[in-house]
Amino acid sequence: MPCVVEMNNISKVFPGIIANDKVNFQLKKGEIHVLLGENGAGKTTLMNILYGLYQPTSGEIYIGGKEVIIKDPNVAIQHGIGMVHQHFMLIKPFTVAENIILGNEPVMHNGMKLDMKKAIKNVENISNDFGLKVDPMAKIQDLSVGIQQRVEILKALYRGADILILDEPTAVLTPQEIEELGIIIRKLADEGKSIILITHKLKEVMSMSDRVTVIRRGKIIDTIDTKAIKTDDLAEMMVGRKVKMEVDKQEKTPGEVIFSVEKLKVRDNRGLEAVKDVSFNVRAGEVLAVAGVDGNGQTELVEAITGLRDIESGQVQLDGLDLSKLSTKEIIESGVGHIPEDRHRRGLVLGNSLAENMILGYHYTEPFSKNGFMKYDKIHEHAQVLIKEYDVRTPDENVKAGSLSGGNQQKAIIAREMYKNPRLLIAAQPTRGLDVGAIEFVHKKIIESRDNNQAVLLVSLELDEVMSLADRIAVIYDGRIVDTIDAKKATEKQLGILMAGGKHKETRDMNSEVMGHE
Amino acid sequence: MNDGNKLKKITKDLWLILRFPLISIAAGFFIGAVLILIAGKNPLIAYIALFQGSFGGVDKIGETLFKMTPILMTGLSFSIAFRTGLFNIGGEGQFLAGAITAIIAGWYFQSLPHLLLVIIMFILAILAGAAWASIAGVLKAKMGIHEVITTIMLNYTALYLVNYIVRAVMNPQILLGTKAEAHTVSLPDAARLTKLKDVFEIFGRSSVHTGIFIAVGCAVFMYILLFRTTLGYELRSGGLSPDAAEYGGVKKSRNIIMAMGISGAVAGLAGAVNVMGITYYVAQSSTTPGYGFDGIAVGLVGGLHPIGIIASSFLFGILSNGARKMQLEGIPKEVIAIIQGVIIVFIASQYIIKIIYKKRKENEIKKEKIIPEKSKEEEVR
Repeated sequence: MPCVVEMNNISKVFPGIIANDKVNFQLKKGEIHVLLGENGAGKTTLMNILYGLYQPTSGEIYIGGKEVIIKDPNVAIQHGIGMVHQHFMLIKPFTVAENIILGNEPVMHNGMKLDMKKAIKNVENISNDFGLKVDPMAKIQDLSVGIQQRVEILKALYRGADILILDEPTAVLTPQEIEELGIIIRKLADEGKSIILITHKLKEVMSMSDRVTVIRRGKIIDTIDTKAIKTDDLAEMMVGRKVKMEVDKQEKTPGEVIFSVEKLKVRDNRGLEAVKDVSFNVRAGEVLAVAGVDGNGQTELVEAITGLRDIESGQVQLDGLDLSKLSTKEIIESGVGHIPEDRHRRGLVLGNSLAENMILGYHYTEPFSKNGFMKYDKIHEHAQVLIKEYDVRTPDENVKAGSLSGGNQQKAIIAREMYKNPRLLIAAQPTRGLDVGAIEFVHKKIIESRDNNQAVLLVSLELDEVMSLADRIAVIYDGRIVDTIDAKKATEKQLGILMAGGKHKETRDMNSEVMGHE
Repeated sequence: MNDGNKLKKITKDLWLILRFPLISIAAGFFIGAVLILIAGKNPLIAYIALFQGSFGGVDKIGETLFKMTPILMTGLSFSIAFRTGLFNIGGEGQFLAGAITAIIAGWYFQSLPHLLLVIIMFILAILAGAAWASIAGVLKAKMGIHEVITTIMLNYTALYLVNYIVRAVMNPQILLGTKAEAHTVSLPDAARLTKLKDVFEIFGRSSVHTGIFIAVGCAVFMYILLFRTTLGYELRSGGLSPDAAEYGGVKKSRNIIMAMGISGAVAGLAGAVNVMGITYYVAQSSTTPGYGFDGIAVGLVGGLHPIGIIASSFLFGILSNGARKMQLEGIPKEVIAIIQGVIIVFIASQYIIKIIYKKRKENEIKKEKIIPEKSKEEEVR
């Protein structure tokens, strides 16, 4: 089979770092090729070079057998390369058709007027050709994330892409949407398109690809047929050492309920009800996972519990103490540890040093503060101990928190929160954007916390994570807990349906009357 | 880390901090030189005159220190708020509040001995500045009204309120029964700060007064407050990342009120020092005194750091003091304003210089191909 893309000896050097080191990469016609690697391994850099966003420091690129210099994305598009970015580049108030034709608009009256009819026709044609159903007249803001991604793919196809690069396409999708995406790209490949998937998720590699190229620290480790390799071996190639994919979790009988939420109502920033009558409880030595698609009230729920957002009504109790009227400071003092979902915005003061960050939340307590003065020797000592204990990779504790990699930032936050020995640990998207090694670490620590008889509230979008860590799973949809199920009995399919707002069979019958009135 | 490396690191850090201000200052002087050339004069003569005017003798240096005193304090005032994420451009109003309070206190407590009187005047001026700024602080904290708007409005409110007090409350006509003046009564001797020339003859005819020590003391105070106290930790964290500070249990509203209060306190003290050190009365005026606005430039050029602000206020002192000597050489003193303007523009556009630096660094590394250990960084993505 001929190669449509050949990248030979590509190197890319950034200040202080070699992102790609003599990389060779071949893409065959009609294949789905996964580029697998951890965050920061250099896979996105390589693809940005192919798409003309970066210039390689050295090396050649051949497309269809001819050497090309891709000096910007326009050249890439001319050569039939299309890229779907992780964060969609769509104009939300515009329609699907308007977005797709943008930059390449059909016109009439000698270019004086946009030919909208033709545009819609074009979009319909192309979506029929590839079986990607969308309504050309729908506005982007009204579409689900899965459909928006479809629009992005159509946009690339409309520009005549034969080679499609998808950057972490599944990060924002539900399990069902991921499945649909798999079908779509397989169909595209059958039509003769060649597809590159950038990902760090092993499951997708196995289910979606023909071949996989593993990249680690800027170097290509190997390119293999997907059929010929097992998940565990792939993980080892990606990380560079043996990794445990399964979380070690012992059976444990949870203790009494120490944390409970009763009929909680919370409004979002626009004043709409984001959390509607949510009730649940967590027992000592138990992980309760709140699973759901992003934007179903999880953020508001956690903010309300931790005092970062006003509670409209309802109760939050920890060890019999009502938290609903307390300030964040008082809530921290009552024994709540919180790994926030956005470590850049909430979890760390990026401009402060690592040492200063490792006391945030108890910075005013002894021995770190005395009579209103900071005790920096104690603070540095504290940071050094935690850095060692939690294996935070950093030159020292004086560097700015913002200069650390995501995994190490998260380790620092976890170290800080665990140091408090909290009664309740809230972990919100604790592994978002982390690589396999770091995920393993975070999971281990969460289970450790559970085994220490702490109550753990895990909020996650990752089904695998939820299923392997949780003892019980509460599925949230549209601000309500749709159902709470035993994690041992839960299946991915069942959770997927619940996450999409579908009711669990038994509960559906029970609630059908109530639902009918709404 | 051994001592040699440590020293190297400190020098490197210092250079990283100083390079933008230094480049900006060089650019200011360069563009100033071009303009002087265009005006048909010799820039070399102009600059020699400038530095002679501000350095040629202890008296000249004294005058430079005198010019530096109020703007050092307003620069600190601005920077404390800015570090907390607040844009306090109400330094003018807070300065005026402190100045008029000093006059009032100086009049009503004039029978007290010098030291006690001065301390009372300082304390009241500090409270007045803090209170004036707190109006904006509370409005921001409790109602979310932007501090830029309220502090601008409070500047005018302060100006006209002070003008009213000058005419109708503290006027010599009312208090002494003499004829009406366009200024308040003068401070009694006991309320005035000592001029250094009265103690050390070497200061000649310069106006530098003990206020300079108070100003430097404020810089020390700011350093300790920001970098040594728990409150400073909370203020800085809130300025760098309000959401993370809130997550850490720091109350946003308390941070805002505290920062505005402290900022206003320093500006108020600056007003008192200025009145007690040189003017001795507050005059009726159609515009605010300008020290508060100069403080914004001084604070930014000084990198919002107390040490940097001492340096930048000294530079601005040099420029405004040397301007007179330059004028005697036939060079318009507006050149000084242009140099100041260019420096500020350059500092404000640091970002552009930073990009140039980054590009150059990238090229250098391309040539050298250094492979460091730590590979996973944000930059890759």
